[in-house]
Amino acid sequence: MSDNKYLLEMIDICKQFPGVKALDNAQLKLRPGTVHALMGENGAGKSTLMKCLFGVYIEDGGEIFIEGKKVHFDNPRQALDNGVAMVHQELNQVLKRDIMDNIWLGRYPKNMGIVDQKTMFDETKKVFDELDIDVNPKMKIGRLSVSQRQMVEIAKAVSYNAKILVLDEPTSSLTQEEVEHLFKIINKLRDKGCGIIYISHKMEEILQISDEVTVMRDGKWVGTKPASELTTDKIIQMMVGRDLTNRFPPKTNKPGEVILEVKNLTATYQPSIQDVSLELKAGEILGVAGLVGSRRTELLETIFGIAHHSQGEIILHGKPVNNKDSRYAIKNGFALLTEERRATGIFGGMSIKFNSIIANLNHYAKAGVLNDKKMDGDTQWVIDSMNVKTPSAKTQIKSLSGGNQQKVIIGRWLLTDPEVLLLDEPTRGIDVGAKYEIYQLIIDLANKGKGVMVVSSEMPELLGICDRIAVMSNGRLAGVENTENLDQEKIMKLAAKYI
Amino acid sequence: MDKTIDKKNIGEWLLNYSLYIVLGLMIVVVIIVDPRFLTLKNITNILSQASTRGILALGVAGLIVLQGTDLSAGRILGVTAIVSASLLQSTTYASRMYPDLPALPLIVPMVVAVIIGAVFGLINGFGVAKLHLHAFIITLGTQLIAYGVSCIYIDRPPLGAQPIANFDERYTKFVTGSIKFGSVQIPYLIFYLAIVAVVMWFIWNKTTLGKNMFAIGGNPEAAAVSGVNIVKNIMIIFLISGILYGLAGFLEAGRVGSATSNTGINYELDAISACVVGGVSFSGGVGTIPGVLIGTVILQFINYGLNFIGVNAYLQYIIKGLIIILAVSIDVRKYIAKK
Repeated sequence: MSDNKYLLEMIDICKQFPGVKALDNAQLKLRPGTVHALMGENGAGKSTLMKCLFGVYIEDGGEIFIEGKKVHFDNPRQALDNGVAMVHQELNQVLKRDIMDNIWLGRYPKNMGIVDQKTMFDETKKVFDELDIDVNPKMKIGRLSVSQRQMVEIAKAVSYNAKILVLDEPTSSLTQEEVEHLFKIINKLRDKGCGIIYISHKMEEILQISDEVTVMRDGKWVGTKPASELTTDKIIQMMVGRDLTNRFPPKTNKPGEVILEVKNLTATYQPSIQDVSLELKAGEILGVAGLVGSRRTELLETIFGIAHHSQGEIILHGKPVNNKDSRYAIKNGFALLTEERRATGIFGGMSIKFNSIIANLNHYAKAGVLNDKKMDGDTQWVIDSMNVKTPSAKTQIKSLSGGNQQKVIIGRWLLTDPEVLLLDEPTRGIDVGAKYEIYQLIIDLANKGKGVMVVSSEMPELLGICDRIAVMSNGRLAGVENTENLDQEKIMKLAAKYI
Repeated sequence: MDKTIDKKNIGEWLLNYSLYIVLGLMIVVVIIVDPRFLTLKNITNILSQASTRGILALGVAGLIVLQGTDLSAGRILGVTAIVSASLLQSTTYASRMYPDLPALPLIVPMVVAVIIGAVFGLINGFGVAKLHLHAFIITLGTQLIAYGVSCIYIDRPPLGAQPIANFDERYTKFVTGSIKFGSVQIPYLIFYLAIVAVVMWFIWNKTTLGKNMFAIGGNPEAAAVSGVNIVKNIMIIFLISGILYGLAGFLEAGRVGSATSNTGINYELDAISACVVGGVSFSGGVGTIPGVLIGTVILQFINYGLNFIGVNAYLQYIIKGLIIILAVSIDVRKYIAKK
C-alpha cells in the first residue's frame, strides 16, 4: 500500500467494555483533503472509535497508521501533538475563563515561566481571522452562545495545526446560517489538505458536505462509499441492515374536540416565549418545529409551569388552570417528557421500578406509607405496555439503551394518567429501530384521546407523525399549519420569520 | 484471554472490597495481639457505644443521600446532651444547675432535647432548601452556633462552666440498664438503636418521603420535573436528622454520666465516616440503613480495639483519617467512567 494514499488508517480496531463488544474489527480510512462522514445508529461505535483514535480510550486490538506510520496514543495530549484534534459533542470548556485561556489551556505560551498573554491573544486572533470568527478572545466563554462556543472549539483544534480533525455532531445545536458558516470553515480546512472526520445523524448535511461515507453497525465496519453514490435511503439501509421502507407507523388517530387552549402566553423571564396562542385537540399530535433558540422547550416548560409566565392563560376543558409548578401541572393532567433525558429525566442509579413510579407516588401512598404491591403492578404495566427490554424491574435504568430508558419515562408519565402530554425531543439519542416504537407509542396515545405536543428538531419526524405543526421563531409563534400543507422548506421559512 | 479477565476481575474485586478487607484485617490483628478482646462484655460494650453514634449516623445518612452533609451533628448532640443532663440531675445533689427543679418525668427532658435538635435541623434544612446554601456552609454555621449556645448555657458565673453530672437514678437506669437473656446482658441502648434503625428503614424504603429523598439526591432536576416538592422534602429530612441528634444527645449524656461543652465534639466526623464506610455515597442518591449500621459498628470495633491493645491515641486519629480517605476513594471509583 502506498504511503501517501491515506492520511489515516484505522484497521481492525477492537474494544471491549464490560459486557459489550463496543468495537469489533472496525475500520476507517481517511484521505487527505477530504471530508469523511462516519455514520451509524447510536451505540454503533462511532464515538468509541474516535475516542480510540484520540487516545481517550485504549483499543484492545488493531492498528492505527497516520501517513503510513504506525502510531499509538495513550492520551489526548499525544494525539494533539501528532496532529489529531477532536471537537467533542459535549463541549468541555471552562466557562468561567476567557476564550483564549480555553484555547491555550494545557499549553500556555510562556515567557521565562510566565504566561505570555500577548502571544496568546495574537495567536487566537490570527486563527479567528482565518476562520472568520468575530468574537473578542478576551470574552468569558460562558457568555457565548453554544454555536459560538462550538466555533471556538474548532478554532482551538485548528490552532494545534491538526491534520486530522474529528467533529462529533457539530451541528446538533446550530442554526442553518451557523451550519453554513461551519461548512465554510470545513471547506477551508479541506482545501488546506486536512482530513476531516464528520460524525452526524443529519443525512442532508452529510450528503452535502462529505466526500466519503463510512457506515458502522454494532461496532463493525459496514462499508465505505463515495457520498456521490449514496442517498438518504441507502445510508439508512446500511445503518439499519435492512430496508426501512416505513420509517413511520400508519397514522390512525383522529383529532376530536379542543381540550387545551393556550392564549397569549408570555414568559416572565425573557428571552423566552412571547404572546403564543395555540389549541390542542383530544387525540391530536401537534408538532412544534423551530430552530435551536426558537424557544420550543420554553413553550412546553411554561405550559407545564416549571417556567413562569407573566401574561396569558392556559385553559383545559374550558377552565383556566394555574400550573404553579410541576406538582400542580401533574394534578391538572399534564405530563412533560424533558429534552435532556440524562440530566432531567432518568434517575440513573435507580431501578426501573423507582423510575416508573416516582411521579405518581400519591397514588400508592396512604398517610405517606407506600403500597408495594400497587407499585410493582404498575411497574410491570410500564415494562409490558411500553415493551421495555430489561432483565428485571430491579435493573438500574442507566444500564438500558436510550430507547428503553425513554420508554420507561413515557410509562412514568402515563401512570399519572395525563390528558396532555408534552414531549420534548422524544426520539433524541435513540436509534432508528427504537424510534419507530416511540412513534407508535405516540400515535397510540393520541388514539386513546390524549392531546400530544411533540417538539422535535427532526423535521421529517414531525412531518411523519403530526396532524398539525406549530412553528416557533425567536420566541414567537410563526404559524400553525396542517401537516399535509407543509414541507421542510415551508417550515424553514416560517422558522426564520422573526429572526 | 479468559485468564486475563479473571485476573482483572479478582483485582477489581479486591479493590472494591479493599476497605472491608483492611478493616477486617485490623480487627483480626487486634484479636491476635490480645485474644481477650473477643469477650461478650467487650462486644456489648462496643455495641452500646455504637448506639448513640449509630443514631447520629442514621440522621446524617439522609443528608448525605441528599448530596449534603452535616458538620453540626456533633455539636447539636452536645447542646441537647447538656440540656437533658441539666434537667435530670439528682434531686439530692447539692450544686445542681436548677436547685428548685423537681424530679421530672424522663419524657420531658427527652422531648426538650428532641425539640432543640429539631429546631437546629430545621435551620439547616431552611438554609439548604430555601436559601440554597451548600449543606457544608450552613451546618458549619450551626455547628458554631450550637457550640456557642452550649457554652452560654453551661456557663455559671462566677464559677464558670461546670460539667453537669450526678444524674437522677431513673435516667441512668433508662440509658445504661440492660436486660438479661440467659447469661447475656443486653444493654437497653442496643434496643434503642434497633428501634430507631427500624423506623428509619421504614421511612427510607416504604414511604413517599423516602422515595422522594432518593429522587432528590439522585437527580434533583428530574425530581423537580416529576412533581417532587423539593423544599418540603429537604426540610423534613433535615428535621428528622435534628430529632435523631436530640435523641442521641439525651442518651449520650446518660451513657457517659456527665455532659460538658465538649460533649459531642467531632462526633459528626465519626458519623460521616460511618456513613461513607457503610456505602452511603457522597454523590447522592445512594445508601442503605443496614450499611450505615454496619459502618458504625465496624468503626466502633476498630476504635475500641485500638484502645484495647493500647495503640497511641494520636496514631488512632491518623488511622481514622486513612480509613475515611480509603472509603471515599473506593466509592468514587464506582462512579468515574471506566476507560
